[in-house]
Parts: sequence; structure tokens; C-alpha cells
Amino acid sequence: MSIDPQGPKVGADEWVARQGHRREYLPSWLGHAQRAGERVGWWPRLAIAGLAGLALPLLGLGGFQLQVGIDALVIALLAVGLNIVVGWAGLLDLGYVAFFGCGAYGYALLSSPQLGANGIHLPYWLSLPIVMIGAALLGLAVGLPSRRLLGDYLAIVTLFFGEAFVEVTNNVAPSKLGGPNGITTIDPISGFGIQLTTNESYYYLLVIVLVVTMAVLRLLEYSRTGRAWRAVREDPLAAAAMTIPVNRVKLSAFACGAMVAALAGTIFAAQQASVFPTDFDTPILILIYAGLILGGIGSIAGAATGALVVMVIYDGVLRSPAEASILFYGLGLLTLLVKLRPWRRLAVVLGATVALGFAAHAIAAAIAPSAVAGGPQSTGLIGDGLQDWIIVPGNPQTAQTVGNFGFVVLICLALTLVQVKGRWRTILLVPTIYLAAFVWEARLVNEPSITRQLMIGAILIVMMISRPQGLLGQRRVEVAT
Amino acid sequence: MSAGHEPTGGTAAPVLELDRLSLSFGGLRALSELDLQVREREVVSIIGPNGAGKTTVFNVITGVYEPSAGDVRFGAHPGPAESIAGRPPYAIARLGIARTFQTLRLFMNMSVLENVMAATYGGTRAMPWESVLRLPRARREEREARVLAEEVLSFFGQRLAGYRWDQPAYSLSYANRRRLEIARALATRPRLLLLDEPAAGMNPAETHEVTELIGQIRDEREISILVIEHDMHVVSGCSDRVVALDHGVKIAEGGFDQVANHPAVVEAYLGRHPEDLAGAE
Repeated sequence: MSIDPQGPKVGADEWVARQGHRREYLPSWLGHAQRAGERVGWWPRLAIAGLAGLALPLLGLGGFQLQVGIDALVIALLAVGLNIVVGWAGLLDLGYVAFFGCGAYGYALLSSPQLGANGIHLPYWLSLPIVMIGAALLGLAVGLPSRRLLGDYLAIVTLFFGEAFVEVTNNVAPSKLGGPNGITTIDPISGFGIQLTTNESYYYLLVIVLVVTMAVLRLLEYSRTGRAWRAVREDPLAAAAMTIPVNRVKLSAFACGAMVAALAGTIFAAQQASVFPTDFDTPILILIYAGLILGGIGSIAGAATGALVVMVIYDGVLRSPAEASILFYGLGLLTLLVKLRPWRRLAVVLGATVALGFAAHAIAAAIAPSAVAGGPQSTGLIGDGLQDWIIVPGNPQTAQTVGNFGFVVLICLALTLVQVKGRWRTILLVPTIYLAAFVWEARLVNEPSITRQLMIGAILIVMMISRPQGLLGQRRVEVAT
Repeated sequence: MSAGHEPTGGTAAPVLELDRLSLSFGGLRALSELDLQVREREVVSIIGPNGAGKTTVFNVITGVYEPSAGDVRFGAHPGPAESIAGRPPYAIARLGIARTFQTLRLFMNMSVLENVMAATYGGTRAMPWESVLRLPRARREEREARVLAEEVLSFFGQRLAGYRWDQPAYSLSYANRRRLEIARALATRPRLLLLDEPAAGMNPAETHEVTELIGQIRDEREISILVIEHDMHVVSGCSDRVVALDHGVKIAEGGFDQVANHPAVVEAYLGRHPEDLAGAE
């Protein structure tokens, strides 16, 4: 710890304050990057991030990667909007995804053959304001009856609103809204003689829209309105005593959040050229929240970063088994590296695990060669490395059954691990790691739909323990009233 | 009447008037038929044992509770006093009544400067889009809010100055939190300031500072002050008039010495003298 000779005396109030501030940063080189960024100021930082985003396709992204990028940017836009409601105004809104849906359906109806004889085909510069204002009004309509509700009650009411949206689009006016079959003939975004048809163009549009939205929100955060939002979150009674009309301020947060969601919805609908009720169901909501929580509730940059990270892991990395394996083993090793102290203990555990694997493999192979005939399901370097270490039965049916069984045992082991302390924990850690690797290789690695849920959950749990405020969030104190 | 400033006699117009104010929670009468006046540039203290209804008076004045009977009138500056009973708290605050809280209610996760600037909401008009586009009105108001914030924070000298501005409120010491509450209340540009136990939890030196501060606020900003306080040094040092409450009823009113020696006040705090009790039987 270096002491600035010009700075305050060690132990003085100001010194304590600065030390506290230092601890807010991310560890190691990430913290240095963060500090360098702070010196630059917010808008150059945002501009650099935006330019980097625009330059990314030049690396030659494939169609799949571009689609992952587009989905991630849409979720990032949604997370940034949700941050207004949840992060600033402190209103737990679980119906947020419905505003996204309203934006998408609103755009779909205004730019498709669904309504009228030939349909409505408005240019984007006209349909966008209509949809956004409509969503804002809807936000007010939802907020108005629920503005007096606090915390959990508001969450339940808004959750119903979200579910109601899915039900309505599924069942009401099938000739117009399409029912479960959705609307599948949506025009691309057009206006001023330009029509966006390629995925590249939507990617660029989304990067620009996200950067502009973040800039707007940043300007709003430290303005009269933004301060009022946060004051209402901190203490509604005190806010009211300080001339802030609490209910009106809450409603404006709802409306602003809804507008951002609707904006994301229009681009989503135009890019997909189709909308279905299931696109706006709870899983999307959970992804938005996961991104917001991972990145740091209350921080614009955090919301965007968190959502991008979650979506790239969820949609991009975890879809291919090879990359999922890298993430699995990488995260596992990283956790051990961070959590296991002293180094001697770490070396013992790792060494014992490696030895246990080779020994078990050798014994099993000697008894029954078919028991190890399967080999690891991970491909590439990891698969080769684990060839003589992990036991996977040759018969795929057996492998699956044993994998299922192993999964249950693994959960029991993990729970035991949390309960025991000291030497026993170290000893028990070895078979737990080995069993986790076994379950992964025998069962999970080829089931992305399961593994990605598990992995996102694991990442969130690790984050919750190691950095509760999220990647870029500010530490907050909760005041019980 | 304490020395050192011009007397504010019965001639000055009342800023705040409580007229036979009553408040019941079900069968419990928290306040009954309370009359109270605060005049221009006057410091009035409310004393009384715990549960006497002192904070309840503040809550009724600021609109947290609606009175069951009676009226609260507040003098909007040149015009006649108007009834404010039943108005929402933010509207009452905008008329010019600011308060602090006994149980500190700061915006804990906002910076010191932001806490104060948040209180300028009612005095500013810029709409969200004006703030985003940095239009002239938004910029002017932001500048003015900052100047006002610096001004009210400078009331406390070095204690809330410099590096503290950008610190979150939760990092402040207890005494500084109390000071920040006062600064935040001043930023609403009040004509009447309600202070709820401003010296609670402070050491003797800081208590003395608070006493002087109350006089300073009244003199420099020409604000009337209604203060709830248990510390009799503060009460005797700052008040023009003292009102004693017990069980929601006004039991005494007048100068500090007069009220402090009033038999009903002594009884409220200490109970009845044993000989009197014997005599009553």
C-alpha cells in the first residue's frame, strides 16, 4: 500500500475515506483499468466502448456470432432501461419484459399487413415515437394503481402484468395478434430511403442505439430527475419532506423504463421479422435481471456490461460443448485459486485430485476395461488431457445413468462440504472435484440447455459471495426502517 | 427571551398556527386541542417526556398525518395564513416548511452534495429532456442548486466541506449526519424549519455548536424555527418561547425559566411529590 506524500495523514478522516474508496475498485489490473477510465471521464469511455463495439464485426464475425451479438445488445438495452426502475427508483418491476413485448408488438402491428386491408407500413421515424409514447402511457397505467405498493407487493402486481401480456398475445384477437403463431411478416426498419435488411446493419444500429441511450441516461442520472429517483429509492418519506412528489417521480421512472424497453422491442421485432408471445416470457426477464445483478444494480455501465457478459456466455459460449468445457474448468480452477489458501493447501488438493483420477482410472481399467471405454465427452485439448484420468463407461446408456446418479451424489457432497470445517473440508474437496468433473464429462457437457442455466446460476452465486455490488456497481448500505 | 438579537414580541405575524389541533389513532388521543403559534423569526422549543406527542406534532404539520380535528395554518409570505391540513407532504414542503428527522433519514447511498441538491427539486422546474439536452434553464438551475448546496453546507464550516462532498452519506459520523440533515432541510429554502432533536447523540461541545447554529440560522436566513429537544442547555440557549407537552396536551407555555419551574412540567417529568400524593388521598 503506497502512501501519497501529498495526501492526508494516515488515520485521519480523509485518509480513511480514501482507503474506503480504493476498496471499491475491482482487484488487480482490472482496478487499474477502472481507475484509468475514471480519469478519462464518462463520455470518452463510452465513445471508446462504442467504437470498439462497431469495430468488432471487422474481425470477421460469422452469422452465429453476429446473432449472439445482436441478442446480447438487445438484452443490454433492456437491462439499461430496467436499471432506471429497479436500480434508481428502487421499484422491483417483474413485468418489465411486457413493455419490451408491447414495443415489439406495437412495431409489428404498425409495420406489417396485419391491420386493415393492406396493413400499415409506417416509416420507422414515425412508428418509433408512437410505440415509445404508447409504452410510456402503458407504464403510467400500470404504475398508477400500483404506485402505493411497496417492495414485494409491487413485484407481485407487475409479475401479473407480465403474465397477462403473454396471455393476451396468445389468446386475444388471433386474426390481428396472431395468437401463439405470432406475427411473421414484419417489415425491416426503413425510413429516409434506407432499409435495414442485413444482420450487420442491425448490429451497428443496436450498438449506436445502446451508446446513445446510455449517454442520455448518464445525463439524466446526475440531473434533477435522476436525483429525485434515487432519493425516492433511499427514503420515500424523507424525499417527500424535501419537496419531491414521490408518486409522480415513481411513475416517471416507470414510464422512462417502459420507453427504453419499447425501443428495444421495435428493433428486436424488425430484426427477427417476427414476434411470438414466448419471446416475451419470464426466461427473458430472468436474463435481464441476471445481467443487471451481475453488472451492478444502479450502474449504467454495469447493467450493459453485465447483460453483454451474461448473454455472450449464455447464448454464445455455452451452446458449443468445447467452449462450455473451457468455461467450466476455467471457472472451477479460478474459484479454487481464489478461495483456497494457503498455497500449500491448494497444491495438496490439486495434486490429490490428479492422483485420485489416475489411480481410479487405472484400477477401473484393470477390473473392467468397458467401464472406462467411453472416454471424456469434451473434445479437443481438454478431452485429450482427461483421457486417462476420468472414468466414463463405454455404453452411452450406462454413462447417462451413472451420470445422473453421480449428480445427486455431487449435490449431497457439496452440501456436506459446506457443513464441515478444517481438515475434513480439504479431504472431502478432492472427491467432490473429481465427481464434478465426472458428472460434467459423462452427462452434462452435451446438454447445453441444462448446463447454461446451471452455469449462469453458478456465476451469479460466485459473484454474490465475492462482490455483492456486481462488476461495476457501487457498494450500498441498506437502511432498515 | 434570550439576549443577543432583536426581540420578537407578539406584534410579529404568526408564520405557523395550530388551532385546536387533535389527532387520534383509534381510541388513542395522540394530540388533543393543541394551540400553538410560531411567529416570524422566532425560535420555539417543544419539550416533554417520551411519548408526549412532540414528533407527532411535526408529523401533522408536515402532512404525514392528517389531523382528526382542528387546523394547521401557514403564512404564505405576504398573503394571509392558509390552511395546510390534509395537503400531501411534498406540497407542504414546497410552501416553505422543512424538517429534520429524529431517526436520521438521509439518502444514505447518495453523496453529501447530492443529498442537499436533491432537496432543491421543488424549487426547480427543468424537465428530464431539458436536463438531457443541457438546455439553458436546466443548466442555470443546476448551477444555482450547486451554489445553494455549497452555501448551506458552508454553515457547518469544515465539517461538511471539501472531500466530504463526494462521499456517500453513510460514511459520515453520527453528528455529521445530523448536520447534513439540517443542511438538506435548508436547501428547500424554508420559512419554517422543524428540528427534531438536533442535538441527540452529540457531545457537549457539539451540543453547544448546535445551540449557536440555531440562532445563526434564524438570524442569517430569517427563518422561524420549531425545535424538539431533550437537552435543556440547548432549549434554554436558543428558545424565545418554550411549550411543554404531556400526553398530547399542552401543559405549559412561556419563557424557559417559567416553563421549567412550572409544577405541571415538573410533575410530567418526575411524577407527583409524595407529600402531595398523600394529601390528595
